[in-house]
Amino acid sequence: MTTAPEQLDVLSVAREQVLERGVGLSEEQVLRVLQLPDERIGDLLDLAHRVRMRWCGPEVEVEGIVSVKTGGCPEDCHFCSQSGRFPSPVRSAWLDIPGLVKAARQTAETGATEFCIVAAVRGPDQRLLSQVREGIKAIREDGNDIQIACSLGMLTQEQVDELVAMGVHRYNHNLETARSHFPNVVTTHSWEERWETLRMVREAGMEVCCGGIIGMGETLAQRAEFAVQLAALEPDEVPLNFLIPNPGTPYEHYPVVEGPDALRAVGAFRLALPRTILRFAGGRELTFGDLGAKQGMLGGINAIIVGNYLTNLGRPAQEDLDMLQELSMPIKELSKTL
Amino acid sequence: MTYCGYCGKPTGEADHAACARRLGVIDPPRFCQRCARRMVVQVTPAGWTASCSRHGEIHSAR
Ligand code: SF4
Ligand SMILES: [Zn+2]
Ligand SMILES: [Zn+2]
Repeated sequence: MTTAPEQLDVLSVAREQVLERGVGLSEEQVLRVLQLPDERIGDLLDLAHRVRMRWCGPEVEVEGIVSVKTGGCPEDCHFCSQSGRFPSPVRSAWLDIPGLVKAARQTAETGATEFCIVAAVRGPDQRLLSQVREGIKAIREDGNDIQIACSLGMLTQEQVDELVAMGVHRYNHNLETARSHFPNVVTTHSWEERWETLRMVREAGMEVCCGGIIGMGETLAQRAEFAVQLAALEPDEVPLNFLIPNPGTPYEHYPVVEGPDALRAVGAFRLALPRTILRFAGGRELTFGDLGAKQGMLGGINAIIVGNYLTNLGRPAQEDLDMLQELSMPIKELSKTL
Repeated sequence: MTYCGYCGKPTGEADHAACARRLGVIDPPRFCQRCARRMVVQVTPAGWTASCSRHGEIHSAR
């Protein structure tokens, strides 16, 4: 008697398909992973970890991020405390060049190879782009050769080309959630507009960093939809955030994602994206506490943001570095990323 | 009178246990504890500064 494929255990299927052959799970398969009972989470994370080790290796990519232009954004992303449309307590602020140089230096001192410059904007204007250009120049003059990424919203082709010329090697622009859920989260621009920026970034030769936020009212099916939509983009990096319900935003009263659901998402995204740099980003402190960070690192994650985020605080960088040492996971070095 | 750095309400009035948890884990103060004005806050990888237009700047220990 043969067993119909849909009756096979999804983790057994994934072992052959993802671990052995490196083929990411389909939407329907990801959904089955997201529906696994709690007692299978250990098996899931174990498999996701093996997939990561096989297709990415043991190294962990460490990154620091900083906001150069905080708050006052004209867009209405419902999770965001930096939108100027909600009564959030976050006020507008600009980081000056010496502040940016210092932030880059502090990031490099942790052993990080990536430094991401972020601005809360729909897209960059000339003032912001010159600030970024001057900032990158000043970081280099400081003797800091850390790789520089940017996240400045939606871009025109000219702006993409300008960033390439500045030596920006990776661009972050998150699709945030499944295409079918996006209009519930953002009304001031479309998922397709975001996709278009990502397409231009890729074609210009920059690395593509694109992820999103778990816990914005999406169904499990939409979570699975999002994972395969990201896989179709073939991003170099996927930052995985868990919703931080921020005061004043429409999602202020949304519940924090439960640890087991977050772990299922981590494992499922790894099985959908076997070769991608899968980064723990914002919200892990609230969702997991200290314990879950380790479970995630042993469950498919191979990159972290150390130190603080844009408007929220992270754990001290040293705690994460100690954790990596304890797990015997080497930090990716600059020479190996060039 | 002093005010909660997280929600900006007087510390004596409401229960600020949830506020304190957020401040202890992932949030810098957003409101001046002396006058409840919203502060201009800059978070950087290793710390934060928060300034009140009346009462000046405070910053993280690290
Ligand atoms: S575009 Fe970015 S900064 Fe602006 S509201 Fe959306 S997420 Fe926040
Ligand atoms: Zn409070
Ligand atoms: Zn004050």
